[in-house]
Amino acid sequence: MACLVRGSLKRKIMNNIIQKSALSAYVPWVVSAIVLSILPFIFTGGGAITIMNQIGITIVLAMSYNMLLGQGGMLSFGHAVYMGIGGFVAVHVMNIVENESLWLPLPLLPLVGGLVGLGFATIIGSFSTRKAGTVFAMISLGIGELIAACCIIITVFFGGEEGISGDRTMAPPTFGIEFITQKEVYFLIAFWVLISVFCMYLFTQTPVGKMANAVRDNPERAEFVGYSMRWVRFVSFCAAGFFAGIAGALFAINYEILTEQNLNLNMSFQVLLATYIGGVGFFLGPIFGAILFTLLQTVIGLQTDLWALYTGIVFILMVMFLPAGLTGLFAMHLIPMQLGRLGMLVRPYAKIFIPGLAFLIGSIALIELINHARHHGEEQFMTLFWIEFDTKSFLPWIVFTLMVVVGFYISRIIAREVTEAWGEATFVEGERR
Amino acid sequence: MDLFIINVIDGLIYGLLLFMLSSGLTLIFSMMGVLNLSHAAFYMLGAYLAYQISIITGFWVGLIVAPLLVTILGAAVERYGLRRVHQYGHVPELIFTFGLFFVIEELVQYIWGRSMVNYNSPESLDFIAFNLAGGSIPAYKVFMLLVSVGIFVALYYVLARTRVGMIIQAALSYPKTVEALGHNVPLVFMGVFGVGTGLAGLAGVIAGPSLTTFPGMAFLLGSIVFVCVVVGGLGSLSGAFIASLLIGWLQTFAASYNVGAGDILIALGYEYPKDIYYHPWRDLWTLTLPQIGPILPYILLVLVLVFRPNGLFGKRES
Repeated sequence: MACLVRGSLKRKIMNNIIQKSALSAYVPWVVSAIVLSILPFIFTGGGAITIMNQIGITIVLAMSYNMLLGQGGMLSFGHAVYMGIGGFVAVHVMNIVENESLWLPLPLLPLVGGLVGLGFATIIGSFSTRKAGTVFAMISLGIGELIAACCIIITVFFGGEEGISGDRTMAPPTFGIEFITQKEVYFLIAFWVLISVFCMYLFTQTPVGKMANAVRDNPERAEFVGYSMRWVRFVSFCAAGFFAGIAGALFAINYEILTEQNLNLNMSFQVLLATYIGGVGFFLGPIFGAILFTLLQTVIGLQTDLWALYTGIVFILMVMFLPAGLTGLFAMHLIPMQLGRLGMLVRPYAKIFIPGLAFLIGSIALIELINHARHHGEEQFMTLFWIEFDTKSFLPWIVFTLMVVVGFYISRIIAREVTEAWGEATFVEGERR
Repeated sequence: MDLFIINVIDGLIYGLLLFMLSSGLTLIFSMMGVLNLSHAAFYMLGAYLAYQISIITGFWVGLIVAPLLVTILGAAVERYGLRRVHQYGHVPELIFTFGLFFVIEELVQYIWGRSMVNYNSPESLDFIAFNLAGGSIPAYKVFMLLVSVGIFVALYYVLARTRVGMIIQAALSYPKTVEALGHNVPLVFMGVFGVGTGLAGLAGVIAGPSLTTFPGMAFLLGSIVFVCVVVGGLGSLSGAFIASLLIGWLQTFAASYNVGAGDILIALGYEYPKDIYYHPWRDLWTLTLPQIGPILPYILLVLVLVFRPNGLFGKRES
């Protein structure tokens, strides 16, 4: 018996992390609110605020996606549609407000987008949530393609290829603010991010939110307890559509334009990517995913035109080796931390860092070199990692290939050491490995 | 009537091409329970590899070598990627193949650039096979037709008449029992995945010259193939066959008959609005059949999934 209790220690720690999250207190919310309001005074550059706005929108979208994938176990390939529809309607409403046939202050616009997303999700969800798994995924894919194709056909609503645009500054001023600068828009977005995340957290605490987890993990048992799987899935789906619609309206406010690209399959893939990188099993996971993904997209996107290839490869590796995402990686380390053995991991980690980094830099450099040779062959010099060199000579090729091969070889040897240290650090007596 | 016959032939070729993809997809699905969302990416890879080989050695070597290369690649993806992800469950498997689709798409652009490549049919097939009812059918289309039919017959023969086919069929329904009988089921899985993707590659090789080889070709055909598989019923080979032909004809006919919604509305007794550019229903008035052709398969998909979630011929519960 004692053995059993000790054996379940690991699971107990994990459960503590997942269930008794500190979010039930008011402190983290107040802290987040303060941090959100200070941020634009720390990062004052126009570019930084633009990126932060983008991050905020992605957070709401990824969190709403996680309501489906993480909380409800429903894999959707068309989540961008609900954001897109909400955004398109928001732009139309913005234009109606501009013509002064409707009085609506701008900060309330996300609510309109949310209600549109909710309405659309109610229609689609009424038949698509009948089954989970592959059938649900395929319906979401079909709807996504259908709506994306309709963008070109229904020009009254979607505006064809060039999309539709509006002007946010024409809305009646709120407390004297007309939302002309990016900073003013930032506060609007931050406000809605906080509200949305809080509401989504409240949703996970409702009976339906809890049952969504049960339906995800063991649908049969959930059904026997007396809940309708379909109803639970339907409610989660509608809620996810609502928050996706809010994200869409925020997008409309920030960029003042929506096109077909905002709701096609590619966009849906990006949502999946951001959510998955952050970690689908954790409530806060998508926030980290959204921040990291947007930074990758904007910062690396400026450096290289291969950023989509890099994110794709990172994503594939993540699915293969780290299915719990970044938050999962972090949570994994709470076990040795609780056992007081985190120090045992420092040395092996430090040892693998250098060859790992060499391998990483070498592979990126090789990929960039090949790309340069193939598509910009006429230019002799290229700059990589702030170093300019001659691509026609053999030296960079040899150096980078060596870095890749040697780095990979040494990393593999040290990886064994890391695995051993990890096993020791998380070893609990009497537990099966 | 002339147009009708030409369309029947064109639709048949397109449908058989779709079947070459959907048959592999169906086999993979019924074996592993995984819908390989990257299937069309292998189709594109086949076309690009064949293009690269055809530059060096000509079309015919590419026809043989490119599908083999794709087969090896597909088997490697199963062995080193999918098999690993399998332990986490079906949803991560789907996500993996979805991600793979985008990575292959990016890789193709990385290697061959973002614009279309000049991959042409061989000169020995550059003649008109026969004239039919005023239209002409190029020899390359006849060749495509023959290859597709040949693949269909070969696939049927292997699955229904040979020992390997019997093991595959048995592994579909009772993998544990087959394993207990001493067969290497993971090897069978790898083989089926490889052959399935190889078939997609072959489809790419023969479709590349006639449908143009460009980075968007996987995206263009990919979702249509899923429609075929799902409409036919997940896991049903005959269903996939019928659905592929159905969608092939549906798209071909929709593209060539210019029926406008405006004509129908006038026939129904509505009046043509004077200022069409500002009319709220202008999209409805200017709608034509070729315009909605591309979305017809998706409408079919949604309708089938709503009214017959298992597809037209599917039995398997998913």
